[in-house]
Amino acid sequence: MFASLMGWVDARFPATKMWEDHLSKYYAPKNFNFWYFFGSLAMLVLVLQIVTGIFLTMNYKPDAALAFASVEYIMRDVEWGWLIRYLHSTGASAFFIVIYLHMFRGLIYGSYKQPRELVWLFGMFLYMALMAEAFLGYLLPWGQMSFWGAQVIISLFGALPFIGEELALWIRGDFVVADATLNRFFAFHVIAVPLVILGLVVAHIIALHEVGSNNPDGVEIKKNKDANGIPIDGIPFHPYYSVKDIVGVVVFLFIFALILFYAPEFDGWFLEKDNFVPADPLKTPEHIVPLWYFTPFYAILRAVPDKLMGVMAMGGAQGLLFLLPWLDRSPVKSWRYRGPYFRVALTLFIISFLALGYLGTQPATTLYTNLARVFSIIYFAFFILMPFYTSIDKDKPVPERVTMK
Amino acid sequence: MSNTVDNSKRRFLTTAASVVVGGAGAAAVAVPFVSSMLPSAKAQAAGAPVEVDISKLEVGQLMTIEWRGKPVWVYRRSPEVLENLASQDDVLRDPESDVIGQQPDYCKNEGRSIREDLMVLVGICTHLGCSPTYRPELAPEDLGSNWKGGFFCPCHGSKFDLAGRVFKGVPAPINLVVPPYYFQGDSRIIIGEDAQGAA
Repeated sequence: MFASLMGWVDARFPATKMWEDHLSKYYAPKNFNFWYFFGSLAMLVLVLQIVTGIFLTMNYKPDAALAFASVEYIMRDVEWGWLIRYLHSTGASAFFIVIYLHMFRGLIYGSYKQPRELVWLFGMFLYMALMAEAFLGYLLPWGQMSFWGAQVIISLFGALPFIGEELALWIRGDFVVADATLNRFFAFHVIAVPLVILGLVVAHIIALHEVGSNNPDGVEIKKNKDANGIPIDGIPFHPYYSVKDIVGVVVFLFIFALILFYAPEFDGWFLEKDNFVPADPLKTPEHIVPLWYFTPFYAILRAVPDKLMGVMAMGGAQGLLFLLPWLDRSPVKSWRYRGPYFRVALTLFIISFLALGYLGTQPATTLYTNLARVFSIIYFAFFILMPFYTSIDKDKPVPERVTMK
Repeated sequence: MSNTVDNSKRRFLTTAASVVVGGAGAAAVAVPFVSSMLPSAKAQAAGAPVEVDISKLEVGQLMTIEWRGKPVWVYRRSPEVLENLASQDDVLRDPESDVIGQQPDYCKNEGRSIREDLMVLVGICTHLGCSPTYRPELAPEDLGSNWKGGFFCPCHGSKFDLAGRVFKGVPAPINLVVPPYYFQGDSRIIIGEDAQGAA
């Protein structure tokens, strides 16, 4: 009965073929470790954000006069509104935690390298779209941080020569951040950018499944196939990794629920304290910082004592990540078999990224600004010097088959 | 017949013509959508001048007025402040206010004002649009011993003196904007219009 039904469907739509290509006969390396949880977790959080977002729009009002109060209305008067709103706001930070760990995995195991350049590029575009989505959404509560954060970020476009001011005006739709800005940010946040993200997720996964997953050894499992053409070191994603990922989901949801129920604002890190004050166009908060996931780039922006150069450094810090597959000249993918130069460089890079993230949350004192300059230089040196140190590095021999350590 | 026809060239020309015509059509369709995001007629109309009563403004006091949705500061400078303005030229990026458009011509002077003691400034940082904080105290711990009072932007650390002139070595590139304004008698300022009436 079921078989004949599937036969009828398969003759008209490749349901079984898609199931097999992407799950039951997608052969993933058998040596995935802890770092391979975060791709599927990112999908989980994406679904969470879309579902909670849809329910939030049922009560939210994208109007400068009503927005702040409508969020408080959701928090106090809507049945379970507080839960849905906290799921969405905590989900935003969780999304970035998961994505940063996912990207770190790509860095240590060389998952950006040939033949996965497009997987990396689609992923980087996803990261950009995610940052845009987070920024657009942060204006919607129309608190002080919403307002002044948007003011600063839109002004970044004003730094571009010739067209900058006109462009910033066009983005705002008014001479200052105002109702027109809020209304259009709502449109971008709930429909335009999510559509782009969904499309990119599909592209990211199709590209990945075309070339196959990398693994902690950075060995191409497709080089060793059995008589049936199945990689010897591969196991079907479903049921092996679908079950493994459920373990990750359980642990993730456990931590997520702890934060959600006991510290949803996370002491100002997930929902900034100043954002519980309605937007006031006449007064900038004393200490204005973006949310934690933007602070490394914010610290780079602040470190440069020139408006245009600062904006370009911030853009360049993200742009260089796109070029990673072509800057890295080493034939070895995984950290396990990389030489000392790359290991030191990556360690310094991670330290700089975290340090910049911290400095971006602190006031711009002379000491902190100078520290931010040092770490910014290390950040850029990681990329700019990469073609040199990766080509002269003393890499170790890579095994033929994956290992199970 | 077919021997005399360059099929690849014909194919190329067909494709090129389609791309050009289709591209022009797409660009034309984009115009209304892109234009709809520009400031609406309503947003453009909301820019009327505002009138400020300064009779109760004391020396050293700063008041903030909203004009076109932006904060405008009106500040009464003391004689000491005016003295300090002259002594800081070497730490300022544009002490003579040479950048055109940051102030009306009648305010291109040391104090960047019509009347020496009265400062009128748009309180929006020329870096990324935050509103700087008024820091009148001398040599506070966080701003260094050479600080003689001014404005400090909490967002990215830009510094301005009490005439809105930007310091060297900070992210803001140019001085704060002086809006067009004029006096109506001794105790009233009209902000948003030159004396002649043209905004």
